[in-house]
Order: sequence, then structure tokens, then C-alpha cells
Amino acid sequence: MEHRIIDQQLNVLRDKILLLGGTTEAALHRAMQSLTTRDSPLAERVLEDDRIIDQMELEIDRLSVEILALQQPAAHDLRFVISVAKITPILERIADHASNIAQAALVLNNEPQLKNYIDLPIMAENAAEMLRNALDAFTSEDAETSRKVILQDKVIDKCYKRVFDELIEIMIDNPTTTTSAAHLLFVAKHLERIGDYVKDICELNVYLTEAAFIKHSPKI
Amino acid sequence: MQSKISISNLNFYYGKDQALHDITLEIPERQVVAFIGPSGCGKSTFLRTLNRMNDTIPIAKVDGTVLIDGKDIYSNGTDVVALRRKVGMVFQKSNPFPKSIFENVAYGIRINQMHKNKADLHEQVEKALYDAALWDEVKDRLTTSAFGLSGGQQQRLCIARALAVQPEVILMDEPASALDPIATQKIEELIVELKKRYTIVIVTHNMQQAARVSDKTAFFMLGKLVEFNATQKMFTNPDEKLTEDYITGRFG
Repeated sequence: MEHRIIDQQLNVLRDKILLLGGTTEAALHRAMQSLTTRDSPLAERVLEDDRIIDQMELEIDRLSVEILALQQPAAHDLRFVISVAKITPILERIADHASNIAQAALVLNNEPQLKNYIDLPIMAENAAEMLRNALDAFTSEDAETSRKVILQDKVIDKCYKRVFDELIEIMIDNPTTTTSAAHLLFVAKHLERIGDYVKDICELNVYLTEAAFIKHSPKI
Repeated sequence: MQSKISISNLNFYYGKDQALHDITLEIPERQVVAFIGPSGCGKSTFLRTLNRMNDTIPIAKVDGTVLIDGKDIYSNGTDVVALRRKVGMVFQKSNPFPKSIFENVAYGIRINQMHKNKADLHEQVEKALYDAALWDEVKDRLTTSAFGLSGGQQQRLCIARALAVQPEVILMDEPASALDPIATQKIEELIVELKKRYTIVIVTHNMQQAARVSDKTAFFMLGKLVEFNATQKMFTNPDEKLTEDYITGRFG
């Protein structure tokens, strides 16, 4: 069983999705840094890198279809290919959110800073940590960690609620801040969505490891 | 990719019955080409035209050209024995000689006088068995009868026998159809390994096998070549509707 024909292709697929995961993590990190350090060239770089991420997605799509069509994977192999094929567009969407944050940074960096960024970096740190842990759990096929990461999303949701209330208050108090506050609100929303997407990845990790569908289930 | 075998406008007849119609096909060097199609579509007949195995059928007639390395194998003066050494064949049913494992592989080397001395003969036999992924399983029982091997091992012995005479092309006619999934997997892995050095043409009823091991696939029906394409293309988006119907099991 050591030299199965399919193994080589599965290894390539694994390498490709891990590279996509790492690149997505980097995009999120840079997007937030471009906002908090008011570094517009860094934001531009995030936007450029998004094209590379799109290409990675296409490559993984092609390879997944090829493996399904030509190698007829079964059992764990099948779950692996299905999980990769479903996790890939999720990572691509996370990278899209990172791009949207970078775009917001490009606008916000040209305006006076509305407030000290406190909760947004906390949200971003949580989202980045969730993503990192989810990708590690995918690599090590660790369902337990995946379940823990899913619970972590609540922290981001709470933080989002706090940021939302605070920004609405700022807008009410001073309507001239509306544009900047709205951009920050979108940044918060993007981070909140990233948390949801990481949850989806973790659900697929559990499927990969245990063949259990925990999506839409009250029990994880 | 360089062509190893070029077939042009090949027609084949069993008496008055035409079994192959105007086949034109290029088989690339050091790749695996699979022939698929329903029973009686002519795929085995076509395979056998590539080393003139059909010559043994008195009523058979061929026209068209089959070039191997640019030389027409049907031209006058072709040494058919040399051709079959260059284009080896493995059949559906393993057919070891009623001899020892060693002698099965040594036979072709001996009759072709390809060895310098006894030690060289041993070395060549070992290499062929090793290349057929059988050495480890038989090295301690080389002098025992080949019939004592399992079906899968016998088939790999036949592959070793074909490899022993240093062919360039290996034709395989349903090499795994009588084997269980584990023995089949070993043969498939072997095919993928062997293509680094040999050009391989395989006839198979098992479409999944064609998908797994081949680089290009030819689909035959009623003696005609319906489609010849990269296997990846053939099994994800074939050009011909007929191919799609066949590989998705919609044939009625």
C-alpha cells in the first residue's frame, strides 16, 4: 500500500491547500497591519496577492476534479478530496475579505484616524488565531481542536457587537464621521464573517477525520 | 511528445468481415495508452496488429501502415521474431511455462542468446523480476514451479518474462481482469512505474483502470476509433457524445 498511484496526487493536493492556507493567513495579517499602521503600500500588496490566491483556487479545483475523475478515491481519500474541494473556496473568500479590509484601509489611511483601534485588532487576532488553528487541525486531522476553534467564534461575535454599538454611537454623536465609521463597520463585519468561514473549515475537518456532518447540528 | 508507434488508415479483416475501420493513431513514447470499448469493438484486434500477433490467424488481412520508430512493421523483410522481442505482450490469462520461476524468465534470454555467461543470465533474470516487482516475493524459491505462484504473481512473472528480452513497447491485453483488487493494484502500480522506461499499450474492460493508469485513452466502437484524447480530458469532458455515453454507463 506504500506506493499507491493516488498518494502522489493527494500529497500534491495537500501541499497546494496548505500553501493557499498560509497565503490567506498572510493576506489577513497584512490587511490588518495596513489598517492599524496606516501602511497603504502594504494594502496595495494585499490586493495584488489576491490574484495569486485566485489562481491557487483554480489549480486546486482542477486537481480535485482530476483525482475524482481518474482515481475514484474511496473512504478517507474521498473525504480528503471532498474536504479540500470545499475548504478551498472558503479560504479564497477569507482572502477576499482580507482584500476588502485592505481596500477600506486605503480609504481610511487618507482620513484622520477616527479612534484608537482597540477592538478591531482584538477581533483580527482572534480571527487569525482561529484560522491558524483550523489549518493546523486540518493538517493533523485533529477533530477535537476543530471543535474548540468553532466555539472561539463566539468571542469574535461578541467583539463585533461591541464595535458595532460603539461606531453607531460615534456616528450619532458626530455625523461628519459617518464615512470613516461606516468603513470601520465594514472592516468589523469582514472580520466577523471570517470567523464564520473558519467555523465552516472546522466542520469540514471533523467530516474529514470522523466522517461526521456537524454542520447545522445543535451538537458539535 | 515523440511518437513511438504511428498507425495510419489501418483496416483489418477476418475473411470478409471488417473488424477495424480506417484507424489512425499516434502512440507517444514512454506513456501509457489505454484502449477501451465494449466487447467486440476491435480493441484487442487492434492491439494485436501492433506486434503482428494476428499473423497467426490464416484468414486475417491487414492494410494501412503501422510504423514503429518510423519503420513499417508490415513491410516485406520485417523480422517478426525481432519485432515481437521489441514489442512484448502480456495476456489476460497468465500463461507461465511449466517450468521453474527462474526458467520462465531465463527462457527468452537464452533463446535470444542475450547473456554472456551464467552469472550474467542470473543477473538479467533478477533484474527482470525486480523490475516486475516480484523479486522480493520469489527470490527464495526461484527453482520451484511457476504454477505455485498466485494469479497476481503469475501475471507479474509474465511481465518479468516480457521485460527480460529488453522490449521497448509492452502490449497488455486485460492484464488484471482475472485478478483481485490487491493484485490489480500491484499491476497498476507496476504499469505506472514501467512507463518511465517503456511505451505501454493496455486493453482494458475496466474504465476506472484506464483512468487510473493511462496518459491517453482511445475509445473504440464497432471497429472504429471514436475518440483518442488525453485521459484527463476523456474522463472529465470528452469531445464525443458517444464517449460520454459509454464512460457514464448510458449505453443502451
